[in-house]
Amino acid sequence: MDAFTTHTGVGVPLRRSNVDTDQIIPAVYLKRVTRDGFEDGLFSAWRNDPTFVLNDPSYAGGSVLVAGPDFGTGSSREHAVWALQNYGFKVVISSRFADIFRGNSGKAGLLAAQVDEKVVQRLWDLLADQPGAEITVDLESRTVRAGEGPDAIEDSFDIDDYTRWRLLEGLDDIGITLGHGDDIDSYEASRPVWKPATIHS
Amino acid sequence: MGRTLSEKVWDEHVVRSSEGEPDLLYIDLHLIHEVTSPQAFDGLRLNGRTVRRPDLTLATEDHNVPTLDWDKPIADPVSKTQVDTLRKNAADFGVRLHPLGDVEQGIVHVVGPQLGLTQPGMTIVCGDSHTSTHGAFGAIAFGIGTSEVEHVLATQTLMQAKPKTMAVTINSSLPEGVTAKDMVLSLIAHTGTGGGQGYIVEYRGQAIEELSMEGRMTVCNMSIEWGAKAGLIAPDQTTFDYIEGRPEAPSGDEWDAAVAHWSSLVTDDDALFDKEIVLDASEMTPFVTWGTNPGQGVPLGASVPFPEQYDNAEDRIAAEKALEYMGLEAGTPMREVKVDTVFVGSCTNGRIEDLRLAAEIIEGHTVDADTRLLVVPGSVRVRLQAQEEGLDKIFIAAGAEWRGAGCSMCLGMNPDTLQPGERSASTSNRNFEGRQGKGGRTHLVSIPVAAATAIRGTLSSPADLTPATTGSN
Repeated sequence: MDAFTTHTGVGVPLRRSNVDTDQIIPAVYLKRVTRDGFEDGLFSAWRNDPTFVLNDPSYAGGSVLVAGPDFGTGSSREHAVWALQNYGFKVVISSRFADIFRGNSGKAGLLAAQVDEKVVQRLWDLLADQPGAEITVDLESRTVRAGEGPDAIEDSFDIDDYTRWRLLEGLDDIGITLGHGDDIDSYEASRPVWKPATIHS
Repeated sequence: MGRTLSEKVWDEHVVRSSEGEPDLLYIDLHLIHEVTSPQAFDGLRLNGRTVRRPDLTLATEDHNVPTLDWDKPIADPVSKTQVDTLRKNAADFGVRLHPLGDVEQGIVHVVGPQLGLTQPGMTIVCGDSHTSTHGAFGAIAFGIGTSEVEHVLATQTLMQAKPKTMAVTINSSLPEGVTAKDMVLSLIAHTGTGGGQGYIVEYRGQAIEELSMEGRMTVCNMSIEWGAKAGLIAPDQTTFDYIEGRPEAPSGDEWDAAVAHWSSLVTDDDALFDKEIVLDASEMTPFVTWGTNPGQGVPLGASVPFPEQYDNAEDRIAAEKALEYMGLEAGTPMREVKVDTVFVGSCTNGRIEDLRLAAEIIEGHTVDADTRLLVVPGSVRVRLQAQEEGLDKIFIAAGAEWRGAGCSMCLGMNPDTLQPGERSASTSNRNFEGRQGKGGRTHLVSIPVAAATAIRGTLSSPADLTPATTGSN
């Protein structure tokens, strides 16, 4: 995974709450066996609508999605994260993320930045007034910044310490865990014999 | 201070704990299906890693598989590739697989409990959010993404921050004709889709204790629909009776040792939950959704709500968008909503008890002429059991389609989908836009409501039916 320190990119306002994973990428697009090529499925139903924000050239090349609360609810499909990344998004900002989506983002290297609801509203207002405006997301200082002058937005975002550290370092979880192989071995030695197994030797 | 059930199970699985880091949790059972595993196996290959414990891993084909012509090659080439990929991965890495055509094939969350692999006090994960189903046995069970699937394959562990605990206490008894599904839909309408976020939830109280294992699975299954990390129920005699004698259940002295341990898996009297919700089952009625998330539900006897009645602006906008998508007018009585397709099945309501209840209501009736009823057993075993009991004949005589096992129309990855604008009453778990097919409109319902709706063609409960003409008992 590539390390993530700070990112500046065009903000894209997605003025909806409860954006579930079936909206992010419908099941019919989940049949690929690779981690790439999912950009076509991203918000596919909504992209048929010419007024949908991803069809608005003012936000072309956007890489910071600003969404309503309860983003990523529903399915565990990591394809939702890959679809956002494949399309070019580096960051999703919302006031509340579904647990599995947030976990998947951390593993795959998409930054899920949780901010106060008021910050989402201010970012939406800014992006409506100045389409194409950029947002900076600084993981080091856990800060979101956008706009200039008296209306400039600068606020903190929440992300758990461990995920932040892994993203900053670009670490591979499995490598870290395999380093604790002795702990796993000794745990396994203590498991009750009656625990079920799928294969019997 | 005492501990809650989930804390006891959690503590038993901590391999390593360190300040400032998530716990490293041992995983007792890893379930796999074709959609969320291919990239994980690729990752193993890329890094020269193996599956640490194939003997704690089980794969089944469920999401993509056709429910017709399952003895022929899968017609959709992309689905076929995904299923073939699972078969190759299982063979290469030594994982037990129940493929299409195998007698143990079925929806992963139906197969685990059915084989007796799902037991109290376990940690169970799967690349599928409805893994919460297995919590019905007093296990900590939750859905994971593909990166985590790879992590479990390689290490049999997961890094997990300890969630907060919540108790949902449901007092008194459910009225006649009201089911576990109505209970959980009522709960989600009460909490909203984010209400459980960050919590492991323990369902308790008289109404929960009175549920069968199938009913408990229905409740735990939908924990994810209100955002909970997992949902579980303390194991009791009902649980032990369900497990005993199943193929992978312990036997003899090991059974006794297991039951002795399982019996200790209850929340201590002096344990504290971070949050509690209390509901009264006796006030619950058949419950249906009107909108595009599982929290947008009302009693069947109510009407489609007016967006203006929501105080919160977000809820109001969400309601307006949902009504537009669903093609519904505010104020319409739910009972007047006409349905094109009724889907009976899924990991929420595709077990033998569900099919028995549906057949009992449908027997002697005929499916409405403008309505299609699709009955999809959750597993091949469920299908065979239903056939042994003659349930298939009841469904077919009424004009229903009796299908093979799989996820089917719950998410429409196989050919079972809604057409744009088509409306369903579905015993599944999600009414998201397009979930059952692009432009499809879904109302989540219980088994009795599904059965009655199929007969009347409009959202109905069995109380709305005129007595059956033949074969009723």
